[in-house]
Amino acid sequence: MTDSGIEAVGALSEPLRRRLYRYVVEHGGEVSRAEAAEATGAQRNLVAFHLDKLVEVGLLEVTRRKVSGREGPGSGRPAKLYRRSAREHAVRLPPRDYETAAHLLAEAVERHGAEEALYAAARAEGARRGAALADRGHGPASPDLGELRARLEEEGYEPVMEGPGLRLRNCPFHSLAAAFPPLACGMNLELLRGLLSGAGADDVTASMRPAPGWCCVHISKNNKD
Amino acid sequence: MSDHHLAQLNIGLLRAPLDSPAMAGFVALLDPINALADTSPGFVWRLRGEGADDATGVRVFGEEILVNLSVWETYEALWNFTYRSDHLEAMRRRREWFTRMREAFLVLWWVPAGHVPDVEEARDRLALFRERGASPAAFSFRDPMPAPSAAPRA
Repeated sequence: MTDSGIEAVGALSEPLRRRLYRYVVEHGGEVSRAEAAEATGAQRNLVAFHLDKLVEVGLLEVTRRKVSGREGPGSGRPAKLYRRSAREHAVRLPPRDYETAAHLLAEAVERHGAEEALYAAARAEGARRGAALADRGHGPASPDLGELRARLEEEGYEPVMEGPGLRLRNCPFHSLAAAFPPLACGMNLELLRGLLSGAGADDVTASMRPAPGWCCVHISKNNKD
Repeated sequence: MSDHHLAQLNIGLLRAPLDSPAMAGFVALLDPINALADTSPGFVWRLRGEGADDATGVRVFGEEILVNLSVWETYEALWNFTYRSDHLEAMRRRREWFTRMREAFLVLWWVPAGHVPDVEEARDRLALFRERGASPAAFSFRDPMPAPSAAPRA
């Protein structure tokens, strides 16, 4: 448990601040004060105050860019833009360190060449989660992309509709995936494949489509022909 | 523009000869993944066999051992290709095609920009890494080392 983690989480107990943080995260890029004020319907000075507070506690970070396209003297100061900080915050009470445990377990799996066992476990867990989704009431029909999106949102993937599919903005296993990419991304892929099959989502496929800054798994609608 | 590039060697112990059905999935990926490497940001060079587009015919480490030797402009360029491109799918499935080796099978080292490493140099770096662990002369993705700083101007 760190003081900075507590400050970050504490800052989000203020409702407007929480809405602003969500707005910036869901926007996915850089947000100006004016955009944030418009999105939340709050007064601009108040929005600026809360955005800066979110920066102070390390949840957002600031970039400065001229948005007007004007150059040279008299074109004004560069606008202050806000985006999500790459910093991770964790608060667990009592103190727990599952991350170190995950890294050690991953190291052991690699040393033993036991990837297949991990993938099988991930697939089974995914199927359980998918079945729970099916039970929650989309009926016998397979869930559509909108329902899957809502479910993956709950799982922390921050899915975004893109064409006939979903891209995942957040990797829930980020630090593990950075240290053990094939292992952690393979595990994640099998988790999602299991979830889709457990939920009866037969018309979509999860596959590896890694790109810098995104989760490595992409969910796409199958071709009908 | 850095005056050093990153050299990369990895070797793989084949589970079966390349022309066996068990290896068909791997063989099918060779051309597309090599083409992807060639067009990836920061790619500099990769080893090819005599008159071939890939290095599958280069068996200097053993009859059943494939060699992959390449040079990249930066550590990030190599990392992004290895783990943040379609190459990741091949990495994920590597146990289908390659037997796990007890010893290190990958080594990275910095070379002066423009230098093309040969397999002897690569073999020495892997031996060094296996013997001494990570050092600026031979390291891995697990223990990245910064590029040597530019030589002071005369």
